[in-house]
Amino acid sequence: MNLKIPELSLVVLIGPSGSGKSTFAKKYFRPTEVLSSDFCRGLVSDNENDQTATKAAFEVLHFIAAKRLEAGKLTVIDATNVQPSARKPLIQLARQYHCLPVAIVLDMSERLCQDRNEKREDRSFSKHVIKQHKQYLRKSIRGLKKEGFRYIYTFTNEEDVSNLEIERQPLWNNLRHIKGPFDIIGDIHGCAGELEMLLTKMGYIIEEKEFDYEGFGYNIAHPEGRKAVFLGDLTDRGPDSLKVLKIVMSMVNSESAFCVPGNHDIKLLKKLNGKNVELKHGLDRTIEQLEGQPDKFLGHVKEFINSLISHYIFDDGNLVVAHGGMKESLQGRGSGKVREFALFGETTGETDEFGLPVRYNWADEYRGSAIVVYGHTPVTEIEWINNTIDIDTGCVFGGKLTALRYPEKELVSVEALYKYYEPVKPFESVTEKAYEQPDRDNDMLDITDVSGKKILSTRLRRNITIPEQNSAAAIEVMSRFVADPHWLIYLPPTMSPCETSGIQEYLEHPEEAFSYYRQRGIDRVVCEEKHMGSRAVVIACRDEEAASKTFKAADGQKGICYTRTGREFFSEEDLKNAFIDEVVDTLTQSEFWEKFETDWVCLDCELMPWSAKAQLLLKEQYSAVGTAGVQSLRQVVPLLNEAAGRELICFEVSNETSGKNMDIKELAARYQEKMEMLNKYVEAYRKYCWPVNSLHGYKLAPFHIMAVEGRTFINKEHLWHMNEINEICKAGSNLLMATNFMEVDVTNDDSIKGGVDWWYGLTQNGGEGMVVKPLDFTVKNENGLIQPAVKCRGREYLRIIYGPEYMLDKNMKKLKKRSLGKKRSLALREYALGVEALERFTRNEPLYRVHECVFGVLALESEPVDPRL
Amino acid sequence: MFLTVTSTEKPATNLGYLLHKNPQRPQTHELTFGKAHVFYPVANDKKCTAVLMLDINSLDLARTRKKAYMGLFDYVNDRPYVSSSFLSVALSQVYSSAMAGRCKKKPELVDKKMRLKAVISMVKCKGGEEFIRKLFEPLGYSIAITSYMLDDKFEEWGKSPYYTINLENNCTLKQLLNHVYILLPVLDNKKHYWIGKDEVEKLLNHGQEWLAEHPDKSMIINRYLNYKKSFANIAFDVLTSEEETEEREERPVSEEALNLNQQRLGTVMAVLKSEGINSVIDLGCGEGKLLKMLQSDRQFNNIAGMDVSVTALERARDRLRLDDVPEFKRERINLFQGSLMYRDKRFSGYDAATVIEVIEHFDISRLAAFEKIVFGYARPRVVVITTPNFDYNKNYENLMEGNMRHRDHRFEWTGDQFQNWCLDICIKYRYSVRFIDIGDKDSRQITPTQMGVFKR
Repeated sequence: MNLKIPELSLVVLIGPSGSGKSTFAKKYFRPTEVLSSDFCRGLVSDNENDQTATKAAFEVLHFIAAKRLEAGKLTVIDATNVQPSARKPLIQLARQYHCLPVAIVLDMSERLCQDRNEKREDRSFSKHVIKQHKQYLRKSIRGLKKEGFRYIYTFTNEEDVSNLEIERQPLWNNLRHIKGPFDIIGDIHGCAGELEMLLTKMGYIIEEKEFDYEGFGYNIAHPEGRKAVFLGDLTDRGPDSLKVLKIVMSMVNSESAFCVPGNHDIKLLKKLNGKNVELKHGLDRTIEQLEGQPDKFLGHVKEFINSLISHYIFDDGNLVVAHGGMKESLQGRGSGKVREFALFGETTGETDEFGLPVRYNWADEYRGSAIVVYGHTPVTEIEWINNTIDIDTGCVFGGKLTALRYPEKELVSVEALYKYYEPVKPFESVTEKAYEQPDRDNDMLDITDVSGKKILSTRLRRNITIPEQNSAAAIEVMSRFVADPHWLIYLPPTMSPCETSGIQEYLEHPEEAFSYYRQRGIDRVVCEEKHMGSRAVVIACRDEEAASKTFKAADGQKGICYTRTGREFFSEEDLKNAFIDEVVDTLTQSEFWEKFETDWVCLDCELMPWSAKAQLLLKEQYSAVGTAGVQSLRQVVPLLNEAAGRELICFEVSNETSGKNMDIKELAARYQEKMEMLNKYVEAYRKYCWPVNSLHGYKLAPFHIMAVEGRTFINKEHLWHMNEINEICKAGSNLLMATNFMEVDVTNDDSIKGGVDWWYGLTQNGGEGMVVKPLDFTVKNENGLIQPAVKCRGREYLRIIYGPEYMLDKNMKKLKKRSLGKKRSLALREYALGVEALERFTRNEPLYRVHECVFGVLALESEPVDPRL
Repeated sequence: MFLTVTSTEKPATNLGYLLHKNPQRPQTHELTFGKAHVFYPVANDKKCTAVLMLDINSLDLARTRKKAYMGLFDYVNDRPYVSSSFLSVALSQVYSSAMAGRCKKKPELVDKKMRLKAVISMVKCKGGEEFIRKLFEPLGYSIAITSYMLDDKFEEWGKSPYYTINLENNCTLKQLLNHVYILLPVLDNKKHYWIGKDEVEKLLNHGQEWLAEHPDKSMIINRYLNYKKSFANIAFDVLTSEEETEEREERPVSEEALNLNQQRLGTVMAVLKSEGINSVIDLGCGEGKLLKMLQSDRQFNNIAGMDVSVTALERARDRLRLDDVPEFKRERINLFQGSLMYRDKRFSGYDAATVIEVIEHFDISRLAAFEKIVFGYARPRVVVITTPNFDYNKNYENLMEGNMRHRDHRFEWTGDQFQNWCLDICIKYRYSVRFIDIGDKDSRQITPTQMGVFKR
């Protein structure tokens, strides 16, 4: 015998103890699909037969069942379930997760059950228990359907049970095996002319032929076998609903189209079925247009609408279509709720001042991986929101009829020929979204997108784990200081220094940077001058329109300049705008936009002077130490000299114990040296400071062109970046400057010497140093990613990092024992995340997908690491 | 970095006996954090100067950092050059006899007042010269202070918090050393070690003869003991007479004594009660001052506190004593980390949300997100928002024209600006609003804080 059950169902086994439920479950289902009450009793009490544990056992059972159903897994309940009260919570569970409850009743004879129980060693209960089970079952078995079971199978003898074939049926909405390509068409509302135009525009051949009940007068197909998908609301309001019905029914019949129902279609069906339906919202026109049609045709229309499935899942689950949309938890499920959602979308239960239901913006919260294409709510502008797209462009209200081509994701539309119908709300404001929010925030980020432990999958480095405590720290930073997340499409990684130098008086030296890459199979590197400023990410857009389209920028904003941690550089409005304007103008003059076919660009840069951003640090740390040190030493050195000049009793000098004699001359010399070091330290930090009062005084040195519309440039050599940036700077600007660089062959001694000398030249007078990068932007070897860059800082510069006295031998000895492992590991993870964010952005992925990556970079930055590296 | 003590009382070299340090013998003392050197640039009959100089390697400080040092030590660090608790520790070890008033060879000198001069360099003091004078002048010192720019090359960076202090007094050496010992960490307002109970003893020990009479004793005690209330109370009880103690305790808490924040929170409570609120979420609860008030009122049976800062939440936990109160009480309160920049299901389901002195910490460009999260998604029946009234800022003498009250404030709104913003929200999200002024009215009838009470 063949036993059909839906692929996603809650199978409830019903039968007295000893009726063979467990055997049945074992034979026909996977062990993980079966939840047995006995097993749960064992879980909570160590004794499968401990009846006092029953309550707890069922709580566990229901909990696990809920988790499985939520995940879309068929689940079998192996418990007696002979009373309605035991079955009721299971039916509720099935409803809650929108899957179908199936009852399989093993109504075996009392005799058989008793015999079996007697044979079991682990179980001994009196005969009346089974008798009672049988009674309960008898009383309630007729009511199973009424209780809510959609499939009920009853077996009364062992033979029937032993020869079964269980057939798991896919749900009707499951068309995962059909992969397209599709042309998904929004609400038509009787606009037959526009529909024909649109189909023709997309290459469908429309042949009119004699009317029959197969083709309804049409033969329509796409020569390349594309399939049309109609999103419902075929009728009402418009001029020719009859023709639309014929076209759609013809295409569905000939399998060149699929169709899901809209709320208007369902209402029409009710009317045709003779139900009392008000002739409102354009239904009156449809009824008029259908007048005089033969009953047979109307019968076909009824049958057609009646056969429509609420939503479809295509292409391995990557595409979902429904009239009103479909949230993730309902996709591929079947229930009244699912159908209602498919027809109307989600509503809050309130109505607005026009008497229309207030919609709940489910798309805003959507986090599913499947694309959801829907209509129902007319919009003036089509917009992707978190992988969902509403393509109802209000044709019947004088807007457009639009199709989305899949998998191309291209939009095709035709303008409405007339305004056929006056909307209840003025169409321009018919966003009908929750509380008519401006569009800016309808991809709002949710706390669950970022909080807690996260595992992010990146192209460059697979899975990167963000620990919970790091997320917690980043939430604070992200909320309090960071710019609008729409702009945060990239954060640069931290950068590790080269290995510690073997040369005595150097902490860092280019040799180590070169050998790092040489040892990892790289022959050529590029050395770029490291400007002593602050790392900055600059996004510039050709104009305000591009900024608002791509980054949802506020009015008047053409770009942004933010720090390594996502904070806006400038707070003053005028300066902010002048800065971006200058960058945009330079890009325009250099014909960047045309050359790169883009409206925006993301640049990785250094912004100078350092003192512009590091004011607080300079005041509270650097100059503070300078003043305190220089002034106190200035006072104490003369005192020491005075003391050293006195005729003193000279003792043998030893400093082993407290209160021992001391060599005052040596001390005086040492403090003199301290003072000199402190002066040099002050000189070192002063080099990176200059006052800026307006835009004049700032310098911006870009070194990577990270991305433009549709692509990133992390596949380009650094020399390419340097040259392209040079081209931009040639346009002439007081703000932008090119970066000095030189190429080094790290296998060639002369070339290495050239690099080292170049570095000496940069650093002798206090330059910060250089950054060494492999010629290719991203390099992987068999051990994975290698550092995209290492820095090599100058001796003088390091005074402000390691303190005024770091060059003293004893200090140097200690400092050389530094460890780079953690910094380097962070640098790679942050690099992979930053690139991932950019790539997701250029692929037009939803905001939350981009945000989780930049958030990851910030979270990793909260990891404690030696700040001097 | 150093302390010089100079005596001009003939024979000046007596200073050497008092300090137990031979003027002819420069010497070094090993301390846990480095070294201290003692030497005499001058030592003759007329004038004798002893220098106690610290020799600290900032690198060693950073390396040996223990939990107790708590971030005081960065790698580029002023500690080796300033006179702080490090110098106090050095004093108590190197000059211990002098501080205790022991002098074997010339005991008669111990209690002898003499003309003493001292130089302390560098003192870090954020309170400026006035503060330094306030500490030393009541003790009889005449004082000269040298101040410094942060960097001569960049005058716009302003003055540094470092000073050289020249002190002069007619007193015993013991007094001078004990004054300096206590007042250095008070000036610096930091200590390099953990403040334990023995710190109270040190304070009493070195301050017993003079601290009780000092007009700013409570400030000295608080700063010396790092504002630890329980410790400060012990010190107070010992140092102040019984009468004074009673006076302190019996002073009634008058109505006028309510500060602005108390008035603000009081008003919030009153509004919540008048709206018949039972469940409330405090968005941006900080350290939980409002939560504490809500906790002690039985009307509120479901209370939540949300803040973006984990540290603030930990303090709130302490304040609410969540680890101590009985379970039924604990269950009424739920604390969690969240953000008003991210939509959050946990914000839903409360009668009211309070957003007290929070919005001014958001960039204006991000307010729309906040509005949508609170009024669009959470949609409580009542929302209470307070924010500073910019119009009132004229009344703050220390506030420069156009400046804001707090470093992190991104904006402060005038009455009109705030009310317009509120009305826009009402239109967008279908709420109604009423306004309440909080704080004492100035001559133009303007109050420091403004409140909007939104109702759905």
